[in-house]
Amino acid sequence: MKYKSQKVAYWFFAFSMLLLVLQLTYGFIMGFARIGMDGLHDFIPFNTARAVHTNLLVVWLLSGFMGAAYYIIPEEAQRELVSVKLAYVQLISLALVGVAAIIGYHFNWWEGRKFLEIPRQLDFLVVVNVLLFLGLILVTLFKGKRKTTTALVLSMGLLFAALLYLPGMLPFDSQVMDSFFRWWVVHLWVEGVWELIMGGILSFLLIKLTGVDREVIEKWLYVIVGLTFLSGVLGTGHHYYYIGVNKIWLIVGGIFSAMEPLAFLAMALFAVNMYRKGEKKHPNKIALFWTLGSAIVSFVGAGLLGFAHTLPQTNLYTHGTLVTAMHGHLAFWGAYGMIVLAIISYSLPNMTGRKLYDGARGRAAFWTANIGMVGMTVAFGVAGVAQVYLERKLKMDFMVVQNEISIHFVVLIICASLFTAGIILYIIDFVKHGRPNDEALEMVEVSQ
Amino acid sequence: MLSKKQARAFFLGGTMVTFLIFIGLTIYSFSKGQDQSNYGNITEQVVRGKKIWEANNCMGCHTILGEGGYYAPELTKVLDRRGPGYVKAVLMSPIPWEPNGRKMVAYGFSEEEAADLIAFFDWIDDIDLNGFDRVVSPLAKGEDPLATEEE
Repeated sequence: MKYKSQKVAYWFFAFSMLLLVLQLTYGFIMGFARIGMDGLHDFIPFNTARAVHTNLLVVWLLSGFMGAAYYIIPEEAQRELVSVKLAYVQLISLALVGVAAIIGYHFNWWEGRKFLEIPRQLDFLVVVNVLLFLGLILVTLFKGKRKTTTALVLSMGLLFAALLYLPGMLPFDSQVMDSFFRWWVVHLWVEGVWELIMGGILSFLLIKLTGVDREVIEKWLYVIVGLTFLSGVLGTGHHYYYIGVNKIWLIVGGIFSAMEPLAFLAMALFAVNMYRKGEKKHPNKIALFWTLGSAIVSFVGAGLLGFAHTLPQTNLYTHGTLVTAMHGHLAFWGAYGMIVLAIISYSLPNMTGRKLYDGARGRAAFWTANIGMVGMTVAFGVAGVAQVYLERKLKMDFMVVQNEISIHFVVLIICASLFTAGIILYIIDFVKHGRPNDEALEMVEVSQ
Repeated sequence: MLSKKQARAFFLGGTMVTFLIFIGLTIYSFSKGQDQSNYGNITEQVVRGKKIWEANNCMGCHTILGEGGYYAPELTKVLDRRGPGYVKAVLMSPIPWEPNGRKMVAYGFSEEEAADLIAFFDWIDDIDLNGFDRVVSPLAKGEDPLATEEE
């Protein structure tokens, strides 16, 4: 840690971990409901659990991205954050909006639009919160001594993410238009601007962990985010095949979605090559595990498994089935969950001064969580493919099919338990690092 | 070998071009003659139905137009499949509807609210879904949904 104000990142990361635990809890409520154990139905029906589960995912990732920005931007811009106090105000307001939304979901207070369930009144508070965050980051960047590509790409991703939230606030009478513009937010976030954020964090971590020249890494960063947008923007079309819009999207979405895995493949090759080129001297092996893991797992989860059902001919049958849940889980985990855990693993020892760089617990957390998530993906995949054949091909009744495939949710719960064990180990490591302190600042300066 | 400047030009140029095409296609999709979203048939009752649909986060369990929670049945063709009488009974049920052991929240909608939701489903029913409607409708059993043009 080079600047005192970077410490604020710790509290965003701590908030992320808290939300992640809650997200997993609601995931279990949903998993058990699917095998008939829905004792909480009167208090937390499935639609509540689902809204909480997916919204907590978004908020813990956003909190992680914000923490990453508060850590990375001062270091890249070579100056302190313009206001630490306002950064804490922003964190507290983010937490208040998040808590209000989650409590509201339990009392039927929501918009009922997939992924964007936050009620309209809270939407405006989200906008104010994000504007404050962006103001702090951008002013720090532009007052700084240097403006690196890594910092610019990261900031651009955060800025576009904020702008793209706005189409989701437009009211429509038509379900088709509602859905159409909802994907402007959801798709263009996760298969567009969030990848800029991921690319920025990945680039920062690779510069720090591999020691490869910044110019080389940042040049490839441009190529990768360029490929991401080239394929991802028109790739939005794969959400438009069967929701009531023109057939032109079958062609456009089909072609550009098929190109989307290339961006993720480039990202994976980029990360692995930079590692191989590098000096391999950095002691923080756990951070390296999560960094390379994120690049590789995102290629499999977001790239390959996404492509598995974005061809129009396949999607005709898989659209609206558990096949989507299969892709969604590994994609979010690989591309975004793991990159947040990577930046936490890298920055925690620097902020706290406790160098838990390569412990058995840290490695166990990485492998257990990943094996658990791969198992969950397989369980969702088998259930989804079976659902497609029974319900869509053989025209069996929805609930009859659900009962047929419920055994796969037992497997899902077992794998989810393994995944949770990994996350618990990670959080124990997080807690063992202790709190951030200014002594860490001096220690790092001396060691550098 | 590619320089950093060229890489940046590729990123900015590619993004700009694809985004402009995306905006153009969006305008084209909803333009007169190309719009297949059944927009002209939206009535006040359909809008009221959509509001009830959203206010209760029905999408959190059900799917519609293939989007939702995958926990409860796809409702795009529900009126074809079950008929309005059955749907009305489910919507107005004062106790949790529980087909095959999976519970639905007992919303206990009024007669008017149920009629609004049914109008919404009826409007959804008539959207041209590029063949997906036939995949999710049991009435289309045995038909090839990809063969739309030929028929």
